[in-house]
Amino acid sequence: MHRTGELFGQFETMEQQRESASLGMWVFLVTEVLFFGGMFMTYTLNRSTYPGIFAEASRSIALLLGAVNTVVLIGSSLTMAMAVWASQAGKKKLIPIFLIATLILGFVFLGIKAVEYHDKYVEHHIPGLNFRFEPGADVATNAHAQLFFSLYFAMTGLHALHMIIGAGLLFWLLKESLKERFTPQYNTPVELVGLYWHFVDIVWIFLFPLLYLIDRH
Amino acid sequence: MSEHHIVSPKIYFAIFGALMLCTGLTIWAAEVDLNHIFSGLNIIIALVIATLKASLVVLFFMHGKYSSRRTQMVIICSVFWLAVMLFMTMSDYLSRAWS
Repeated sequence: MHRTGELFGQFETMEQQRESASLGMWVFLVTEVLFFGGMFMTYTLNRSTYPGIFAEASRSIALLLGAVNTVVLIGSSLTMAMAVWASQAGKKKLIPIFLIATLILGFVFLGIKAVEYHDKYVEHHIPGLNFRFEPGADVATNAHAQLFFSLYFAMTGLHALHMIIGAGLLFWLLKESLKERFTPQYNTPVELVGLYWHFVDIVWIFLFPLLYLIDRH
Repeated sequence: MSEHHIVSPKIYFAIFGALMLCTGLTIWAAEVDLNHIFSGLNIIIALVIATLKASLVVLFFMHGKYSSRRTQMVIICSVFWLAVMLFMTMSDYLSRAWS
């Protein structure tokens, strides 16, 4: 059975029903904040212990690719927000257009990420896989640089995984929006996937300065 | 909280512009040596800008500004728990005399 925006028995008003859905999504996002928080905690500890090596390793990452990806991802948040607006305002034809734009930007981000990962492979900067930070680097430098790149791959990898899940959700929304299921009365799925997508954007907003911009001067 | 608030596209585009501006600002700030003023100023500036950007996303893109008080409390709690984790763990590690 498809929901169309009817009021369920456990709620008194539509507004209460709507609020419960977004509140539930926010509670899930709190667990996500703490999930990523563990990684940020590990990062903070290691960076404060080895500030010099972390800065050096950070400078070896292509700033341009990271900056372009930041613009792309924030752009995808804008198109996602517009998709939510289109569903709330009843612009049924615009919803799939904004969803497709969000998907395209999401895949551009993942494509650039893949290029970056390939660069790391060529530079021998993948921990555990023939890792060599710099020719002639001593054992300690190599070990501490591996810490940075382990965190780089763990954090950006987990972020990319979230984007892939988000893309799957967007495909589903696209399919449903083409059936014109989302109306001003019923658009909860668009709103909740939007919250998820923006959360993934926020994670990147912190990853970008922490991984790409350590003491660039 | 009777009427469901619809945020206008104008606000979304303005927020997008502000986020782009902040992105440029954070890249520029990272290329300038602020650490000579006092150690750690670069990272503080970077985190302040990132927090500002995240706040704009939460308040407008995620409708935090227009949510119910209950939802806003949940949002603030997530930041609070994160702060507890970072603060308590770091104060432990940084005060271990033997390491």
